Amino acid sequence: MIELNVNGGVARADVDPATPLLYVLRDDLGLHAAKFGCGLGQCGACTVLVDDRPVFACLLPVGAIGERAVTTVEGLGTTVEPGDVQRAFLQEQAGQCGYCIPGMIARAEALLRRTTTPTEEEMRAAMAPSLCRCGTHMRILRAVRRAAVARGGGIVDPAEPVA
Amino acid sequence: MTQSRREMLGGLLVAFTLAPAVHAQTGGGEGSGGPPTVAPDLAGTLAKFPDLDAWIRIAPDGRVTVFTGKAELGTGIKTAIAQLAADELDVAFDRIDLITADTGLTPNEGVTAGSQTLEQSGTAVANAAANVRLLLAEAAAARWGVAATALFTRDGAVLDGKGRSASYADLAGTTSLAVRARADVPRKRRDARRVIGRPVPRVDLPAKLTGLPAYVHDMRLPGMMHARVLRGPSSGTKGRFDLSAIARLPGVERIVRRGGFAAIVGPREWPLERALHAAGRSGWTAESGANAPGALPDALLRMRRETQTIQERYDEPNVRSLRRLSARYDRPYLMHGAIGPSCALALFEDGRLTVWTHSQGVEPLRASIAELLAMSAERVRCVHREGAGCYGHNGADDVAGDAALVAVAMPGVPVRLQWSREQEHGWEPLGPAMMAQLDGNLDASGRIVSWGHQVWSNTHSTRPTAAGDLLAGREIIPPFPATPPKPIPQPNGGGDRNAIPLYAFPNSRVVSHFLPDMPIRVSALRGLGAHLNIFALESFMDELAAAAGRDPVAFRLAHLDDSRAAAVIRRAATRFDWQGYRAMPHRGRGFAFARYKNHGAYLAVALDVERVPDEGRLIVHRAVAAVDSGEAVNPDGIRNQVEGGIVQSLSWSAYESAGHDGTRRSDYDWSTYPILRFGDAPRSVVVDVVDRPGMPFLGTGECAQGPTAAALANALWAAEGRRSRSLPVARSSAGFL
Repeated sequence: MIELNVNGGVARADVDPATPLLYVLRDDLGLHAAKFGCGLGQCGACTVLVDDRPVFACLLPVGAIGERAVTTVEGLGTTVEPGDVQRAFLQEQAGQCGYCIPGMIARAEALLRRTTTPTEEEMRAAMAPSLCRCGTHMRILRAVRRAAVARGGGIVDPAEPVA
Repeated sequence: MTQSRREMLGGLLVAFTLAPAVHAQTGGGEGSGGPPTVAPDLAGTLAKFPDLDAWIRIAPDGRVTVFTGKAELGTGIKTAIAQLAADELDVAFDRIDLITADTGLTPNEGVTAGSQTLEQSGTAVANAAANVRLLLAEAAAARWGVAATALFTRDGAVLDGKGRSASYADLAGTTSLAVRARADVPRKRRDARRVIGRPVPRVDLPAKLTGLPAYVHDMRLPGMMHARVLRGPSSGTKGRFDLSAIARLPGVERIVRRGGFAAIVGPREWPLERALHAAGRSGWTAESGANAPGALPDALLRMRRETQTIQERYDEPNVRSLRRLSARYDRPYLMHGAIGPSCALALFEDGRLTVWTHSQGVEPLRASIAELLAMSAERVRCVHREGAGCYGHNGADDVAGDAALVAVAMPGVPVRLQWSREQEHGWEPLGPAMMAQLDGNLDASGRIVSWGHQVWSNTHSTRPTAAGDLLAGREIIPPFPATPPKPIPQPNGGGDRNAIPLYAFPNSRVVSHFLPDMPIRVSALRGLGAHLNIFALESFMDELAAAAGRDPVAFRLAHLDDSRAAAVIRRAATRFDWQGYRAMPHRGRGFAFARYKNHGAYLAVALDVERVPDEGRLIVHRAVAAVDSGEAVNPDGIRNQVEGGIVQSLSWSAYESAGHDGTRRSDYDWSTYPILRFGDAPRSVVVDVVDRPGMPFLGTGECAQGPTAAALANALWAAEGRRSRSLPVARSSAGFL
């Protein structure tokens, strides 16, 4: 039995410790925000936070997590009370198919926990590991800029003005 | 968070009577499927399903259910169709429930493709809603003994203005909607509209942004088993599998085998994926008859071809030409590259099969699966559930066929089958490689007096219409034959989509070379031939403008007699400040325009692009577009589609090319097929929507793909003085991972 600290609570799963976190979240804990995209750590659809860092849940074995805190997009807010990053994504309507977006939100959350005043380049570099195929990049970037402002900071040199 | 089966089945108590069972699919095309027209006087798909209860039902509690045969592919159609219904019915937006593509519930609207959802289904729903509103007003009028014209509606009720009102729920109890729509029912006046034309937020995003189950991938049914299919590395290969060894791998509970089709089944995903990787070690063979495409683009010229002249006009046969230009343009094979690999669920119970699928065409998929399983189509139900973004015919149909084959071997057990990333890259049909040859003549005044366009392309649709069009259908024994490819006729066109110029050239000849032999599995990719044809046409316009010594924007306007085309060109040029642009070293501006399919949305785009010396990477400083989609139902939805189309086309046109080594594909994940990342995304994108209230909806989802490719090449020419005629034109800054 593996014990995990997920979204502020304790979760248990009877799985092989080598199982990547993503399968435990989706199949055992019923947390569907993180998505399977490649299983190779190349696309970021599975991104979640472990402590405050973004990780590819499709690669990280659950047995390696220990007591570190796992945060998924479910832990950031709900449809009734969305978190500030989720709210920024909604305000910018940053989604087409939406499949990559939970990974994007997790990655943006990790960036903003590190700094709320990144440069445009730092923001883009932080988001770069996550792929979007619909071409929603501009809206995702607008949402991250907006979320930075909501956190009391802001992108130092935004390429587009924050509405 | 397991969803109950009842929820997943829609939980509807009643379904309307579907039109007589089997209709011949018109097949192959896009959005052209479905039953024949029975009411040509009615608008959109109402012409095929004229009865109102096929589209709209009102429950005793006043909630309204709207049915569309189209599917949400990530473009926001659920929101736009609900807007149309809410406004035309005069019901609060949040009281509308929308049921999308489901062979058991919704009208057969063929395939969701070709940017035709609002044109076909949106038009039908809007007119059906206007009809229902009138019927309810007439019911109230009869009840009160007054003229219907004396009544009005507000928020789900009919009122007489003197204190009497009757709710729709009340009136619907005595009003049958099983009646034919009338063609002459007026739509709501523009000034009375409250929802249409507004940037209503997408109805699907809150769930997607907070992690609620939203995709077929997220479905978990009670007692569900996972499955993975065993195949060779790519289309054109056969896997060699030691099934008895695979059966002993941990987590594999059983193997379902039908001839050359095999899938492993087990209760947990991760052990199955490990087994799938282990199974792949035993190698593969090239399929007999598989052949390499050869070096592109010349290989296309050597293929067997069926040639058709699709435009020939000689209005001024005796014109004198001063200067003749010719150029060839080409693109490679391209991937759809959905971020989530294809997935389907299937359940075979009591002799009936239900398949949950992200296919674009639940009806043709149902027919194909029924043939595959030798079942009657009435016993097969295909229900659309969203997948990762869909940009054409990807693995969605194939994986549904795979899941169906496994499910019928395991009655009563829901089966969830998901492809691996490697299978998606290796087996999805690619967008075909293409080439175009352009010829043009200028007269002494710098006017184009004759135009020639020839295009060489495989088919742009191998969408399933029969069992042999599904991968599994060709693996079982005996195999089903694939439907022979055929060209999609004009005015939509396939390989020749947008090959006919919208410009008013006095003399023009356009020739389509259809290449029936497919060395690589290909099918529909967003925009079909429009991507390459518009890239060629709009690049060549730039070349001719330069030869004539004219400004590219003025040159285009001088050759157009379409005022809506001119309007978007002027709007984009103004917003971009085309006149005020100052060139800088290694940096230039490019312009392009097209009307998608020559009958969809008008789009003009200007780009400001720099190629960083020595590095070779591109910086798109600005993209500015203007789009005319007719009446704008949701302007932000239109902007979202066009912004996305610009960025996606930049990715295709700058960076992408799917490889093949002669026997198999060479790209199995994102490491060798890099797509545009945030570092390469434009610094800024602005999209202006030119609204045309009262005008028909014009398909928008694919309108940016072609013009963006040409604007990019035109900007690079301005920046460097070198013409890029072969796509892709650059390398991703991400390079290879």
